[in-house]
Amino acid sequence: MKPGILSPYCEKDISACGLTGLISKKGRKIKGDIIIRSISCMDERGNGLGGGFAAYGIYPDYKNHYALHIMYSDKKSLPATEEYLRETVKIEHQEVIPTRRVYTITNPPYFMRYFVNPPEEIHEHLAHESAELREDNYMVNTVMHINSEIPGAFVVSSGKNMGAFKGVGFAYEIADFFKLEDYEGYIWTAHNRFPTNTPGWWGGAHPFTLLDWSIVHNGEISSYGINKRYLEMFGYKCTLLTDTEVVTYMLDLLIRRHKLPLRLACSALASPFWKDIKKMDDEEKKLMTAVRMVYGSALLNGPFAILFAHSKGLVGLSDRVKLRPLVAGEKDDMVYMASEESAITEICPNPDRVFRPDAGEPLIVELEKQN
Amino acid sequence: MAKDFIIMKINAAGCHYRTLNQQIKDAVKKGEKHIELLNVNGQRYIADGVSGDTEIIINGVPGNDLGAFMSGPTIIVNSFAQDSVANTMNDGKIVIKGHAGDVLGYGMRGGKLFVKGNVGYRVGIHMKEYEDKIPVIIAGGRAGDFFGEYMAGGILILLNLNDEKPERATGSYLATGMHGGVIYIRGDVDKDQIGEGVGVVELKDADNTVLNNLIKEFCKDLNIDSKLVFKKPFKKLIPVSKRPYGKLYAY
Repeated sequence: MKPGILSPYCEKDISACGLTGLISKKGRKIKGDIIIRSISCMDERGNGLGGGFAAYGIYPDYKNHYALHIMYSDKKSLPATEEYLRETVKIEHQEVIPTRRVYTITNPPYFMRYFVNPPEEIHEHLAHESAELREDNYMVNTVMHINSEIPGAFVVSSGKNMGAFKGVGFAYEIADFFKLEDYEGYIWTAHNRFPTNTPGWWGGAHPFTLLDWSIVHNGEISSYGINKRYLEMFGYKCTLLTDTEVVTYMLDLLIRRHKLPLRLACSALASPFWKDIKKMDDEEKKLMTAVRMVYGSALLNGPFAILFAHSKGLVGLSDRVKLRPLVAGEKDDMVYMASEESAITEICPNPDRVFRPDAGEPLIVELEKQN
Repeated sequence: MAKDFIIMKINAAGCHYRTLNQQIKDAVKKGEKHIELLNVNGQRYIADGVSGDTEIIINGVPGNDLGAFMSGPTIIVNSFAQDSVANTMNDGKIVIKGHAGDVLGYGMRGGKLFVKGNVGYRVGIHMKEYEDKIPVIIAGGRAGDFFGEYMAGGILILLNLNDEKPERATGSYLATGMHGGVIYIRGDVDKDQIGEGVGVVELKDADNTVLNNLIKEFCKDLNIDSKLVFKKPFKKLIPVSKRPYGKLYAY
């Protein structure tokens, strides 16, 4: 695979994270090469200490199973993890995630994927919850247990018919490592990392995922402490040493468990200023006041632009005063979102429209038909 | 129209920004007056720190920091541009035929930046002027928050010709901390959006002269009917105190 535009000058001076994502609203499968070209256009924004991808629609053969991508930083953690999995879930199929040797990637962890479902017995309890909620909650607990209790094992992704591929390297190196050109998905996101506050390690690369959710993020969550403590009250465990992790769990809490509509969940993460709420009409004012009162601890403070993908769509959101860039483009059934216009024109030379969403206003794109 | 000069063409496809910028600098040094860049996509720092009177036409999307520290050349971008165009620019002119991103003309100290479409957040912040060096930014669309924040000199003009989101044409925190220079806004300005220490005043004859000349040049460069621009009256924003925060920490 060809390196991105950064070579032949590989030393680094200045930088910021870069992100890009695409969705086919018709659910058409897009090859991995496309997103690799888009993110490689922004190598300048990363520094080789983190790169990653999320893809939806890549496991049609096991689309009704939770696909657990598990990273083992040493092989000693593998038997303990597999023993735990055999005890807690039904494993339909398991395999090594195919990788190839990449010259610049040294000592990579070992990657496995397991297609699993929770055992039938879980449906004997908690009859007031839906079957789906019971299964999802069970899987969240399984993920949290592995991440916090089994040393050296981390669940990289756990959704159905989707997967995350990430590690230490430039995004194009990670793509090469995981042979991403072999995958086809209807939603892709990608990230080039420039770690500032936390270590550049394999688990700390983006995207961060939980069940259906995957997040790539440019910026820093200054409110991490508040968000983390709030999430802990609901059983989430922040183990990955990177601020972005809280965004993933927050969306899971607000949207999947508390059933907030997407737009309202975005209003909790990037809530309107009080000065703007004052000017709203009564109904909107009441709603936004309630969101800020109830979900004050979900507010993300600090600079951010995030893309979050789920099996039914892609959402772009920036912080309220636009401290990080976010650009969008459209062409036919495709919608693109990225840190820079050039990452879009690299893979879509003649877009119908390229625009920059306003700060704090989510750009929500949904699939036209259910996949 | 036949041109009586030779245009030097540089193909930027797949080219790293340093290679591309070296080619531009070498060409300018050799005395090339007209350079056309083809297949540009995301290359940063184009024409940064370049002096002289060369004209550079860009086809494709230039990367961040286009024309930073530039002192003299004219750049024409046939599509749109990204963030930080004309960063600390000293002299010359940049004309963009589409939209442009955030933090345009940061600390700009001379020259002109014309953008046909919308501009992003923090445009024209920390702009300054000295004697005859008066930087000018004109945006044909709307602007994000912090337009002209901490402005110390120069001229900012916002037209919002498409009347898109007129209630948010200028964004919030407009001219917050402004202590020099002047901002002209076409259409209404919501007083709630304006920062402290900034006054809205009527235009005088001298303002109309400056505005007429600049708008005429903008419209000619970007092929816009100038009559359309003057269909709506302008508002003028100036600092009402030279040091609005002078007493904040002093007692």
